[in-house]
Amino acid sequence: MNKKPLSWLFVALLAGGGAARAELVVEITQGQADAIPIAIVPFAAADPAPVFDVAQVVSADLASSGRFVPMSRNDMADRPFKGADIVFNDWRALNTDYIVVGQLQTLDAQRYSVVFELFNVLNHQRLLGFQITSNRAGLRLASHQVADMIYEKIIGVRGAFATRIAYIAVAGRAPSKQYRLLVADADGENPRVVMQSSEPLMSPAWSPDGQSLAYVSFENRLPAVYVQQLKSGERRRVSARSGVNQAPAWSTDGKKLALTLSSRDGNLDIYILDLASQGLTRFTDDAAIDTEPQWSRDGQSLYFTSDRAGGPQIYKQALTAGSRAQRLTFQGAYNARPRLSPDESELAFVTQDGSGYHIAVQDLHGRGDMRVLTKGRFDESPSFAPSGAVLIYASRDRGRGVLALVSTDGRVQQRLVSSEGEVREPAWASY
Amino acid sequence: MKKLLTAAVVISMGFALAGCPKKPAVKENPSAGTQVPAGDGSSGTTGADTSPQTGAATPFADSGSASAAAAAFSGKIIYFDYDKIEIKPEYAGIVTEAARNLVAHPGWRVRLEGNTDERGTREYNIGLGERRAQAVRRALMLAGAGDGQLTTVSYGEERPAVEGEEEAAFAKNRRVELVALP
Repeated sequence: MNKKPLSWLFVALLAGGGAARAELVVEITQGQADAIPIAIVPFAAADPAPVFDVAQVVSADLASSGRFVPMSRNDMADRPFKGADIVFNDWRALNTDYIVVGQLQTLDAQRYSVVFELFNVLNHQRLLGFQITSNRAGLRLASHQVADMIYEKIIGVRGAFATRIAYIAVAGRAPSKQYRLLVADADGENPRVVMQSSEPLMSPAWSPDGQSLAYVSFENRLPAVYVQQLKSGERRRVSARSGVNQAPAWSTDGKKLALTLSSRDGNLDIYILDLASQGLTRFTDDAAIDTEPQWSRDGQSLYFTSDRAGGPQIYKQALTAGSRAQRLTFQGAYNARPRLSPDESELAFVTQDGSGYHIAVQDLHGRGDMRVLTKGRFDESPSFAPSGAVLIYASRDRGRGVLALVSTDGRVQQRLVSSEGEVREPAWASY
Repeated sequence: MKKLLTAAVVISMGFALAGCPKKPAVKENPSAGTQVPAGDGSSGTTGADTSPQTGAATPFADSGSASAAAAAFSGKIIYFDYDKIEIKPEYAGIVTEAARNLVAHPGWRVRLEGNTDERGTREYNIGLGERRAQAVRRALMLAGAGDGQLTTVSYGEERPAVEGEEEAAFAKNRRVELVALP
């Protein structure tokens, strides 16, 4: 009986061993009907056994956006690798609008060059021609950058393939559960363990510079907020006050954290912690549960959840003393956990109706109508992609926690399923 | 003592974008709850029956004993209705008995662990779990327990007693557990 903790300590060490085992697998559950046909021809390589399949990653990225339908390799009659070799009429006959060709060149033992060109098949126009040098470990990132450039050129909006997500994974069953905080590429590849514990981890939040994560850990059986530097692994406990220490949110300048603390009688309020001076300022003072803060882009206000009107609803309040909270959500009895789009034009949150908890967005500038984007019973934790066009959120599928993505127009949906255990609380890093 | 981690293993990984991951720095802090006792499973015991033998457990009074307190509160759980923090009449007995124990043993301390079911957002549920723990704290204080004997913690929906997506599981998870502190 005493052996259990030891055995999953070994599992933990194996899992944290750095091998880039795919933790999450993408499933596209609903694509856009008018998605753009594109051919990503396998890249030529001098080496007979190519070290990396750039075209495969680019193709998967573009498909995952729901805006593109990459051509199957089996349907390609020819495999050109530079623009001069493309027979455009053949590709036009295959009904593709765009074609990408390229090469993976080996510069020396550890350095490679990813060379690619994008053409419009209809008018033969060369839209992009770039070369990215990289070491072996950087080839996946370089491939995401290729996908980002193609996406931006054709769609007109910056892509978010070369970005990262943080999330919580839970494996095992009580009482020997293992909680891990991970960071992965936006497509779920390259997962790295940031922290693991046999007690719950929750609420990861990216610093604005993408260098650190704040999160809540119950490793001492009591909640505490930590800030951890990703590159060095250096970890600081920034709040372990008596009672609740929860819901960290970084200010836009990265110098402060908004967080939720409680009084001796258990009343939750939002405070602002200055990370350098450790100075603490009270923000809300109210008998209700006030929690889940988010900073406005200008750093002058907080959005948060409060049940001061009965059920939880979302409010906005300026930081200046004496400011009054303005209620933002009115449709439905339960609206909570606000997240802002990068340009602060839209608010995403969790809303409840008769069929469960769903992800909704609301236009902050218009009439304030709410659009419900998802249909799951337990959808939660929405987080905007830095492009603002897609949201990642936590959902459940056959009794298991999975991550899912939905475009803000609701048309494109996909799922990131963990190979084992369950995943939740995704947080998308900025560019 | 303050920095004692409960079986938490911190693994910090290198994050250089294009570089190789650095060797993970592993820190492990032992704790009474999960440490494997020295000598457990050691060699040299083949043949002989070395399995532990015990007689029947008999209770004994010891006001200062942590194990007596642990036994007194073991399995004491108060369950709640959906979205409610009121203590239902069927749990009044648990409150009364726990308060009597705390009054009789001023040195005993108990942690009230509030929990919710899986519905709703995680951080808001931390607030609901805290409200439930506080409801039990007030009830125990009304029944005579001292303020200094009681602490609360909320795990929200993070530590479900039962996994499942149906009311049967939810009902088991909306709870406050009474845990004796050493």
